[in-house]
Amino acid sequence: MSTIPENLKYADSHEWVLDNGDGTVTIGITDHAQDLLGDVVYVELPEVGAEVTAKEQFSLVESVKAASDIYAPVNGEITEVNEALDDAPELINESPFEGAWIAKVKLSDSADLDKLLDATGYADSIE
Amino acid sequence: MTSCIRDLLNNDEFMARHIGPDAAEQEKMLATIGRSSLSELIDKTVPQAIRQANLDLSAEPVSESDALIQLKAIAEKNKVARSFIGMGYHDTHVPSPILRNLLENPGWYTAYTPYQPEISQGRLEALLNFQQVVIDLTGMEISNASLLDEATAAAEAMTLMKRSNRKKSDLLFVASHCLPQTIDVIKTRAELLNIEVVVDDIANFSQYDVFGAIFQYPGIDGEVADLTDTIAAAHEQKALTSIAVDLLSLVLLKSPGDMGADIVFGSAQRFGVPMGFGGPHAAFLATKDAFKRSMPGRVIGVSKDVHGKPALRMAMQTREQHIRREKATSNICTAQALLAMMAGFYAVYHGPDGLKKIAGRVAALTDCFAKGLQAKGFTTNTSYFDTLVVTTGEQTDAILATAEAKLMNFYKASESQISISISETTTPADLIDLAACFDITLTLENITESDASQGFDASLLRQDDILTHPVFNSHHSETELMRYMHQLEVKDIALNQSMIPLGSCTMKLNAASEMIPVTWAEFGRIHPFAPNNQVGGYHALLQELIDMLSKATGYDTISLQPNSGAQGEYAGLLAIDKYHKSRGDHARNICLIPSSAHGTNPASAALAGMKVVIVKCDEDGNIDLVDLAEKAEKHADDLSCIMATYPSTHGVFEEHIREVCDIVHKFGGQVYIDGANLNALVGVAPPGAFGGDVSHLNLHKTFCIPHGGGGPGMGPIGVKSHLAPFLPGHTVTPVMGMAEQHGAVSAAPYGSASILVITWMYIKMMGDKGLRDATYNAILNANYVAKRLGDHYPVLYTGKNDTVAHECIIDIRPLKAESGISEEDIAKRLMDFGFHAPTMSFPVAGTLMIEPTESENLEELDRFCDAMIQIRHEITKVQSGDWTLEDNPLVNAPHTANSLLSTEWEHGYSRQEAAYPLSWIKARKYWPPVGRIDNVYGDRNLFCECPPIDGYED
Repeated sequence: MSTIPENLKYADSHEWVLDNGDGTVTIGITDHAQDLLGDVVYVELPEVGAEVTAKEQFSLVESVKAASDIYAPVNGEITEVNEALDDAPELINESPFEGAWIAKVKLSDSADLDKLLDATGYADSIE
Repeated sequence: MTSCIRDLLNNDEFMARHIGPDAAEQEKMLATIGRSSLSELIDKTVPQAIRQANLDLSAEPVSESDALIQLKAIAEKNKVARSFIGMGYHDTHVPSPILRNLLENPGWYTAYTPYQPEISQGRLEALLNFQQVVIDLTGMEISNASLLDEATAAAEAMTLMKRSNRKKSDLLFVASHCLPQTIDVIKTRAELLNIEVVVDDIANFSQYDVFGAIFQYPGIDGEVADLTDTIAAAHEQKALTSIAVDLLSLVLLKSPGDMGADIVFGSAQRFGVPMGFGGPHAAFLATKDAFKRSMPGRVIGVSKDVHGKPALRMAMQTREQHIRREKATSNICTAQALLAMMAGFYAVYHGPDGLKKIAGRVAALTDCFAKGLQAKGFTTNTSYFDTLVVTTGEQTDAILATAEAKLMNFYKASESQISISISETTTPADLIDLAACFDITLTLENITESDASQGFDASLLRQDDILTHPVFNSHHSETELMRYMHQLEVKDIALNQSMIPLGSCTMKLNAASEMIPVTWAEFGRIHPFAPNNQVGGYHALLQELIDMLSKATGYDTISLQPNSGAQGEYAGLLAIDKYHKSRGDHARNICLIPSSAHGTNPASAALAGMKVVIVKCDEDGNIDLVDLAEKAEKHADDLSCIMATYPSTHGVFEEHIREVCDIVHKFGGQVYIDGANLNALVGVAPPGAFGGDVSHLNLHKTFCIPHGGGGPGMGPIGVKSHLAPFLPGHTVTPVMGMAEQHGAVSAAPYGSASILVITWMYIKMMGDKGLRDATYNAILNANYVAKRLGDHYPVLYTGKNDTVAHECIIDIRPLKAESGISEEDIAKRLMDFGFHAPTMSFPVAGTLMIEPTESENLEELDRFCDAMIQIRHEITKVQSGDWTLEDNPLVNAPHTANSLLSTEWEHGYSRQEAAYPLSWIKARKYWPPVGRIDNVYGDRNLFCECPPIDGYED
């Protein structure tokens, strides 16, 4: 059974979103997603300053058995990326919700958050 | 005595050499599977609706010796000339020990692509050597382990630049000094990807705003120019650069890496691989570290095994078509492993000093000739390595005629210019003859006593060391090379060790008689652009082969250009697209693909600019006709085609394939039958006769071209007549029989022409009846294996009479759920028995797909089945608790000699159980050279060069 923290929002494509309360969000992939992928060997990070569009690819996570597109859960602009993943992609497996955040995004519309699932909704979606 | 002399002639001898089971064995196997005869088995297996009635069995088999005599007569219609054509193909001396110990050695050429790295360490090392040669000579940071040819490498460079560059531009600059066949393939590939190509003089580059630019070094004009400033100008406008290079010139020249290039590609042909009328040869693509995750093709990397020892494997496979499907970096699967290894060994044998001597000789002879020309008043390019473009004005045709009369081939660069390229094989005597064509007198002494100088600026002389790794400095005597090659060879499992039961790969016999003509000079030393009057033998061979393959597949004609199955798919989709457009149907771009398809299908569709729509399969693994009909109807206006594999990738003859074809045709689509499984159809149910409009034929599966450890392959396509006008053409040498020359998909007009002799020999020696019997026996062997293993492992899919086609899938998932032992553990354990694993987790995850082919006899099939059954017993011991899941011979497999000889043995099973699980293994033991390889470590710590030698020491 995978972990699904209550304080986060989720996309059904297995990304989590943390509302930082300052108009920005932090994005990563869920415990369930990393479990499906297996040992992660590489994370392709987006460029700071790039515009992202909800439901469109903005990152890529590779394991030894799969390469999975990561979709932006919200619209906005990348303000920061987690460069620690360049050297330690295994963080995705080890701590998907903390050390392995992928990017921070400045929201173009905070209403985007309302379109995401809560923990219960996400738990239902992966059953 | 009732026999007559006819019965003693033995014309049908080869059938019994090629097909494993004899009549008595066939009887036994039929009894095991409960069928009364082979024809009953086929009747129960192949749907009646697609069986071909009135089969034409008129082509009689020809004995091995007679077939060789007939082919020799064809070969003699080719004339071996001295080639000074250049244009990307140069004569070369194939070192005899490499010819004999590699190209003519089944230990190398019958191996498979190294997906199972533990039993592939030898060829992986040989391929890593090739990567190191490319890295060193190009001055780049990472290289792949070969691509199909230089022109497709250029197209791959284009797409790599496109996906790696965020600049919003769809314009590509190609310098007009690039090879014409390279420009042609770039244009073909660009069109459907909506990339605009501008071809112009390099001097005009700055006028264009582009995402990428392709230059050549040295250019087709022979000029050797420093590209540093041009590359910097490209970077200034945020464009990426790719440079086409000649490996031999880079031995002497400043590397493109030093000039700042982003991508470097080319052909390694002149490193000891015959011209072969166009192929096969290994191309390469090298790039900067920053682009490694996006580069196309296989890349060999260093990882470690479970004992912590360095071990090699293919790295970053998740980028490839079998996993990423339509999002893959390329549709390429087969490359040119055997030829890459030849080129690698060429560098190992000659070493840096030997290569410098060869390149130095080429440059000096060129310079000597250039000076002679200039003294006579001819003008040529002012800088050069090996190519002189001579302005000959009105004398052009006269000089060409003089040369041709002496069987010397030049290239007519224009109406008033002749291009001449000097090669490794050019001697001072050749130079005297060359000069004579221009009415210049040179003497042997003039030449040999001249200063060894070269025709390019001293600032372009290479300053850095090349090939410093010990592997390139240790094997220069033939004794040493022979032993090094042997050491590598015996690390691997090839068909000369045991059967290779890879599903969907058809690892059948590659007979010696089929292979022998490949290295005849009349086929090998022919330039693809040699004049027509010198290649009558090739033209005859190709035409006969087109007729043979048309008959075998039920298609009206064949294009022999595609160099691999994936490229065949691409060429087929291209023909379909052109056909629709020729009828004014511009909207048709939907490609229906069943969910069970191989990943190459969607990757090829993406490359052809099509949109993939997946069609569901039902629970029996067949195409869901309801879903198909719905999707075809929904896309009635924009349906381009379906790509369906038959028999299906599930190893079953689907009953409804005719309906599938009819539905697609009804809504205006074309039917692409993927020929991967043609080995179940030849002589029984030709795809062109049951509804296919186009198919590719993997000659390296059904028609006996060996897999070569990951290439060469050939993927000709068969088409019905309405698609024939849309087959690929060629810009330098028109493809015979084509009224209009469409864009090419390969560098050479007939792909890897020299290996087509293998297929010709096979079909000739088998005759029609032999081809049909091969299919029958392939189906018999698969059903026998399915029956024997079916009592121990569930067989996932069968046809309506509980038979399989030419392969079967066994399901490991239930067993894994019960025992914790995975399909991978079984695959690795088979290595301890001396077997290559079946295909793992394709087309269904958690399964093994077994294809025995017709070439394996009953004894070998039983050895394999016994091994699989013994493994099942071992799994039972894990289930029962006799062995723990953490420590048993399955999860610890494969077992190296080193681990078995350690003083400590702390396992819950004996050394004997580990190494000799069945009694017959002792007599023919294969020792895996490394333990289980850590894939995760290798991909997290990418290292794709020859490792320091001390890494291999204990």
